[in-house]
Amino acid sequence: MFLIELARGMGTTLRMLFEKPVTIQYPEEKRPVHTRFKGRHSLHRYENGLEKCIGCALCAAACPADAIFVESSENTDEQRFSPGERYASTYEINFLRCIFCGYCEDACPTEAIVLGDNYELTFSDRREAIYGKDRLLVPVPPGGQPTPQQTEPGVFTRSIPVMENPKD
Amino acid sequence: MSKLVTLTIDDKQVTVPEGTVIVDAAKKVGIDIPVFCYHPKMEPVGMCRMCLVDVGRPVIDRATGQPVLEPDGSPKVQFGPKLETACTTLVSEGMVVVGMSEKVKAGRKDVLEFLLTSHPLDCPVCDKGGECPLQNLTMGFGPGESRFLYDEKMHLAKHVPLGDLIFLDRERCIQCGRCVRFQSEVVDDPVIGFYNRGRKLEIRTYSDPGFDSYFSGNTSDICPVGALTTVDFRFGARPWEMRTTASICTHCAVGCNLAFNVRREAKAGGDIVIKRAMPRQNEQVNELWICDKGRFGYHFAESGGASPLERLAQPLVRRGGELQPASWDEALRLAAEGLHQAGRELLALVGGRLSNEDLFNIQALAQGLGGKIGLDTYMAGGDLVSQVGLGQGSNLGDLGQGSAILVVACDLEEEAPIWWLRLKRAVERGASLIVANPRPTKLERYAAHILRYGYGSEAATVAALLDAIDGKQNAANSGIKAAAEAITGLGNLVVVYGSEGLGLQGSQALAQACANLLIATGHFGQPNNGLLAVWPHANDQGAWEMGLRPLPDLPAALQAAKALYVAASDPLGDDPALAEALRALPFVVVQDLFLTETARLANVVLPALPFTERDGSFTSGERRVQRYYPAVLARPDARPDYAISGEICKRAGVEAEISSAAGVFARLAEKVPAYQGLNYRMLAQTAEQWPIVGRPDVYYGGTAYENTQGLGVQVKPGAQDGPPPARGALGAAPALPLQAGERLAVPVTRLYDHGSTIAHTGLLHARTPAPYVALHPGELPASDGAEVQLSLGGQVFTVTLRLDEALPAGVVLVPRSLGLPLRGPQAVELKVK
Repeated sequence: MFLIELARGMGTTLRMLFEKPVTIQYPEEKRPVHTRFKGRHSLHRYENGLEKCIGCALCAAACPADAIFVESSENTDEQRFSPGERYASTYEINFLRCIFCGYCEDACPTEAIVLGDNYELTFSDRREAIYGKDRLLVPVPPGGQPTPQQTEPGVFTRSIPVMENPKD
Repeated sequence: MSKLVTLTIDDKQVTVPEGTVIVDAAKKVGIDIPVFCYHPKMEPVGMCRMCLVDVGRPVIDRATGQPVLEPDGSPKVQFGPKLETACTTLVSEGMVVVGMSEKVKAGRKDVLEFLLTSHPLDCPVCDKGGECPLQNLTMGFGPGESRFLYDEKMHLAKHVPLGDLIFLDRERCIQCGRCVRFQSEVVDDPVIGFYNRGRKLEIRTYSDPGFDSYFSGNTSDICPVGALTTVDFRFGARPWEMRTTASICTHCAVGCNLAFNVRREAKAGGDIVIKRAMPRQNEQVNELWICDKGRFGYHFAESGGASPLERLAQPLVRRGGELQPASWDEALRLAAEGLHQAGRELLALVGGRLSNEDLFNIQALAQGLGGKIGLDTYMAGGDLVSQVGLGQGSNLGDLGQGSAILVVACDLEEEAPIWWLRLKRAVERGASLIVANPRPTKLERYAAHILRYGYGSEAATVAALLDAIDGKQNAANSGIKAAAEAITGLGNLVVVYGSEGLGLQGSQALAQACANLLIATGHFGQPNNGLLAVWPHANDQGAWEMGLRPLPDLPAALQAAKALYVAASDPLGDDPALAEALRALPFVVVQDLFLTETARLANVVLPALPFTERDGSFTSGERRVQRYYPAVLARPDARPDYAISGEICKRAGVEAEISSAAGVFARLAEKVPAYQGLNYRMLAQTAEQWPIVGRPDVYYGGTAYENTQGLGVQVKPGAQDGPPPARGALGAAPALPLQAGERLAVPVTRLYDHGSTIAHTGLLHARTPAPYVALHPGELPASDGAEVQLSLGGQVFTVTLRLDEALPAGVVLVPRSLGLPLRGPQAVELKVK
């Protein structure tokens, strides 16, 4: 009776020896994340380099963990950060507070803030956990200009672009 | 009392006076009928159609005149074929209003769909987003989708400066006309108006400079969308991110209730900062309004940095001829020693910007050391206001039919804008207004009688008016007789006196003449009767209540003193001629927000806290004691004035309370007769006010705040319950002989001046004139705008000349606090450059 059980157990062990291992060699090797994985946020830009974020602070209002802080200022055509009149002069996310729920992304009227697939967040002190615009903004796309830009008057009068409903 | 009418609104019975509109009646029983264009303080116009309701009226049998009854015995109600606007429909007996049926909802939905046809829906960037009636009502009643074509939306200018204080977003405007009606109906500054019609209708300004009104900020509060925004708050913060604290405006004697919206900001290094000042409802003081000086003029309190205009960061003491930073302990010890040494030769000079608590402790110090204390002001008569001031329970909003108001020597719109607005409303309710002034003022548009006198005969004019009332016909001219008839027989009389063309002596004589008039006619010691002084500062009346008096001769007092203690006053900045007297003083302590001209000469400079960073109480011109609360955190190295003087007291061996403002007020209430029995808790009490504003339904009364932190307490004047006051003799008019080539210069007050509390608000600089003098044309061979040289008290100033037909001949008008040191009527020389 005992021997049968032992043999069955050893058999499982033996079978597992020939199966593909589940573990991977992180960080050399990384497992792909799901399409809707919610990792560290980034603030996106339009193709011309203007920031999508208009400083409306709806993300901060939606945030259940009070992790987002926004301060806005007024754009001018000489110093334009985003289309329309308003831009975020300060944008901070405290990643010690963030619970990665993605409500900010849902609230954003311009699809500026998007939770990406970066889950590798480490900090050596609390201050470092607060990401400002410098670390959240994506790089200027090829062909675009960095912000602030000098723009033609009367071109970027709308804060919120015409958008279609999400498809997936 | 008008007839009462009972009606039913959404199954609730309500009884209201005849003539009430349905919206107001519903509000009384807590039913919110949505509105955009209706505002409880303005005449209804029914422009927006948002307030549609189903109205039924009882059917009356024509033959009998009796209501027709249903089989069950209830009156038969006939509903109209269409919805009616609740803001223009008056209530009637037995009316039945249905505000929530499917028919009504469908009507509102359609109205909203129309309003939104061209609305940009840029709520995320709109400053009104979060406290927007259109947003709220669309959520409540609006259609989820529009049937109009998106491409047909009108695209209009989004950044139109109406003036230098208010921006217009043409797209957001829903054409309700609240702003236009406010400017023409409420404040009579019709500087904005409609242009074009239909979908092309837009708001335009018709004044130069644009939107030239002292009340322009209020239009942004009552705008039901984000079409009108103030320059100060543009994109400043979202409404839900801010906290609110109660405060009191410090710019004049009205004592408007303010609400400061504050929040923490990264720009300010993580500090809590004031984002905007909003009106706080007090129907007995400022109703729902504040002037632009109060709204934008709080910036002086938040200045920081190194420039001399900025606030003092730490105590300074003079070492080796230089003012150098010192510890509080050292500065207080030096101040106490110096003041103590002077003893009886100590002179304390205080300004009316200080709270009651500050004044009390400074007075305790001066009296404890045996020294003198003086109030730095150019207006007098506060002792008479204490005696025959407005009776307890007075409310300028109650004046109307059967009331007379006499305004003497006052350009009320410049000196106290909110009182201007309230007196104008009183006239519209039927009050009889008499304006006596040497030159025309805006208030005269509403005056039943205008008395014109020459500068210098203010008191004589009021005395002549009293003579005419007494029936002494001898000297009175016809204007005065007519005015006297208007006053006689009316139930209430309020006398308002200002400081137009007056110095201390003239002001005291005028106040006495006004008091005599009130005493002789018996209009004292009762509600809505009495004397009202238009003080230049928030707490001048409080200083008088405490027994502080202006010094009749400041230079002589300075010469007699061995030590000077100055708080919230800048004698040298006001009058450079005092420099010598001040330099001669062995010891000067200055306690202020800024390094003033006087402070530069001081031995010890102590940094005080502004009203936004501490608590305290002010006594308004109407003798209403009101509390203010700290809005932001106090700067680390500054202290409230009462604490500073309390600490000096302690070190100089004088007993004083320093624990808290409430503690000082408790002492003060024991000592000062006017405040007997008062405490901070009483000042914080509130009562239900009408109209109901500041609740979640921001559409009804705009974004003015509900008063939750105290309406204040109006204290009784001496003559109420006290011995009847006696008439006093008018002081002899000061003789002012003019030498050859000299002219008589008189001071006048302007709202926007160069005072230290406004100099820090850059927003208002465009409206603040450069130093000027005003003359009747033909007095001087020079054109309007020419530069002239004004010799005043041994100094020569180059100023701009303004010519005005309306001015009387023979005088030079010199505005106060524009850098020209004129404390009263004075002989000057004027030369064309």
